Amino acid sequence: MTNYLEFEKPLAEIEGKAEELRAMARANKEMDIEKEAAALDRKAETMLRDLYADLSAWRKCQVARHPDRPHCEDYIKALFTEYTPLAGDRNFADDHAVIGGLARLGDVPVMVFGQEKGNDTKSRIDRNFGMARPEGYRKAVRLMDIADRFGLPVITLVDTTGAYPGKGAEERGQAEAIARSTEKCLALRVPLISVIIGEGGSGGAVAFATGNTVMMLEHSVYSVISPEGCASILWKDADKMREAAEAMRLTAQDLKALGVIDRIIAEPVGGAHRARAETIAAVGKALEVELAALAKKKPETLRDERRKKFLGMGAKGLAA
Amino acid sequence: MNWITNYVRPRINSLFSRREVPENLWIKCPECGQMLFHRELADNLNVCTNCDHHMAFSPRERFSALFDNGIFTEVKVPAPVADPLHFKDQKRYPDRLKAAQKATDEAEAMLVAEGEIGRTPIVAAAQDFAFMAGSMGMYVGNAIVAAAERAVKLRRPLVLFSAAGGARMQEGILSLMQMPRTTVAVDMVKEAGLPYIVVLTHPTTGGVTASYAMLGDVQIAEPNALICFAGPRVIEQTIREKLPEGFQRAEYLLDHGMLDRVTHRREMKDELVTILRMLLRETPAVRGDLPAPEPDEIAALDTSAKASADGAGAAKK
Repeated sequence: MTNYLEFEKPLAEIEGKAEELRAMARANKEMDIEKEAAALDRKAETMLRDLYADLSAWRKCQVARHPDRPHCEDYIKALFTEYTPLAGDRNFADDHAVIGGLARLGDVPVMVFGQEKGNDTKSRIDRNFGMARPEGYRKAVRLMDIADRFGLPVITLVDTTGAYPGKGAEERGQAEAIARSTEKCLALRVPLISVIIGEGGSGGAVAFATGNTVMMLEHSVYSVISPEGCASILWKDADKMREAAEAMRLTAQDLKALGVIDRIIAEPVGGAHRARAETIAAVGKALEVELAALAKKKPETLRDERRKKFLGMGAKGLAA
Repeated sequence: MNWITNYVRPRINSLFSRREVPENLWIKCPECGQMLFHRELADNLNVCTNCDHHMAFSPRERFSALFDNGIFTEVKVPAPVADPLHFKDQKRYPDRLKAAQKATDEAEAMLVAEGEIGRTPIVAAAQDFAFMAGSMGMYVGNAIVAAAERAVKLRRPLVLFSAAGGARMQEGILSLMQMPRTTVAVDMVKEAGLPYIVVLTHPTTGGVTASYAMLGDVQIAEPNALICFAGPRVIEQTIREKLPEGFQRAEYLLDHGMLDRVTHRREMKDELVTILRMLLRETPAVRGDLPAPEPDEIAALDTSAKASADGAGAAKK
């Protein structure tokens, strides 16, 4: 059962009709519908390709948030071996919105972590919908410390709406926790590779994605605030999220043009949620390539290059 | 509607409304409602004389009060790419910038200066909440980088006064990227073995709090300043419960271990001098009037004053 997005409704209709025809044919062996069904399939395929060839910024947001899109845990399970989760910030709690630990990518031992949104009501609540609290960032700092001490490359998988706007999170200093996590990213003497696999929301994303190489999946988004938040502040109307999404330039393509990210990983036609395994494999391949390129560099070079890159961030605007 | 209502009446009104006395002689304290005479308020560093409420203090006013004899030299901040995203909401971003420049008479939301406080040379940066809510875009990033580079070059401490609603949304992802960028900048100061002191003023929120404003060696706040990542309104909407009294205010943060000190604006300068001179392992500051200089000291002062005369001119505005 496919979860259709709002803009995919016409597609849902055609695919539904094809499915109906086939169901009828199964019930009544005399009927020959294969020709019509195949025509509908072709029509659906063309429509899907056309829909995804030129997604608007707001549609990309919807795709990036699609419930069937592969999440952090899916990538870790599929791409890494010997995954050994490490927990806790040694101060207060273990944040279930952030998962990670030691693992091997191919033969290479690495530290991998990211935000996990969960897949059903129970796990979503447990994961706090992928919105970390201060403990999540402090756990990340711990993991990065270990990686730095033992020379392990760090891989982060970013998928979060943003930091959690809660009372406890504020009391326990989430601003400071985010700042320290970003600072730790910048101080590492090992490679840091980040992939925005879904939503890269604000400070919660930056805290994990200040990497030597930052990649984005084709239909993922990365922004300073959610389009809804931006719309309610600048348009005083949260329903203007389409305009806000467009104005903010939050697509992978815009971010590449602005020099904020280094590489776009292509998604199969119809988005990652339609071909999960294929998407995960593409991310794995990109990680291996980038890791091999960074592995040759000296610890000081890795740190200096990362700092230089972010110190120069924003020097380039979009072409007029 | 005719030419009388459209043209004549406004002209007549404008003639009559041109009063000789400047407006806003009296300013109402937003906290206690007391009417305060503007000069008295200015003498008290924009702190309400009745209830001690710390009102907004522009970077220029702050620097005049902070630096010895009000003398400071502005540090030049490179201009960034203008309107990098060609951003337009209900207004065009360049129009919003122009309106803010006109309203504040400042180039952007941060002022950087060098000078002496209690005869201790420092570099200072102050954010201007009156300029588009002090929001952090490329310019503020450039200002912090410039301040940090200057501090490292002159081997001086960096004191930063924060005040911001957060990131400059009109610069989208580039404003977000100022978080790691400014983090690199303040780390350069720290790695050079120089103190980086943050003074959080009302309000400091969002991405600013989650980057350079929370990374000081010493974190000081002005009384009752709102300091947070997510604002109280957003939190109330999310968790649907009333927040406790004083939530996210300076004193609350102090109680929760997020700050070193909460300090009255009147005592801020002395406190900064005291802390900085200890961190720099210098002799205690001389309080009150300095003893009259010896004749040979005067000669030395004369030559150094000439050398710095060009720079000091910039402070007069």
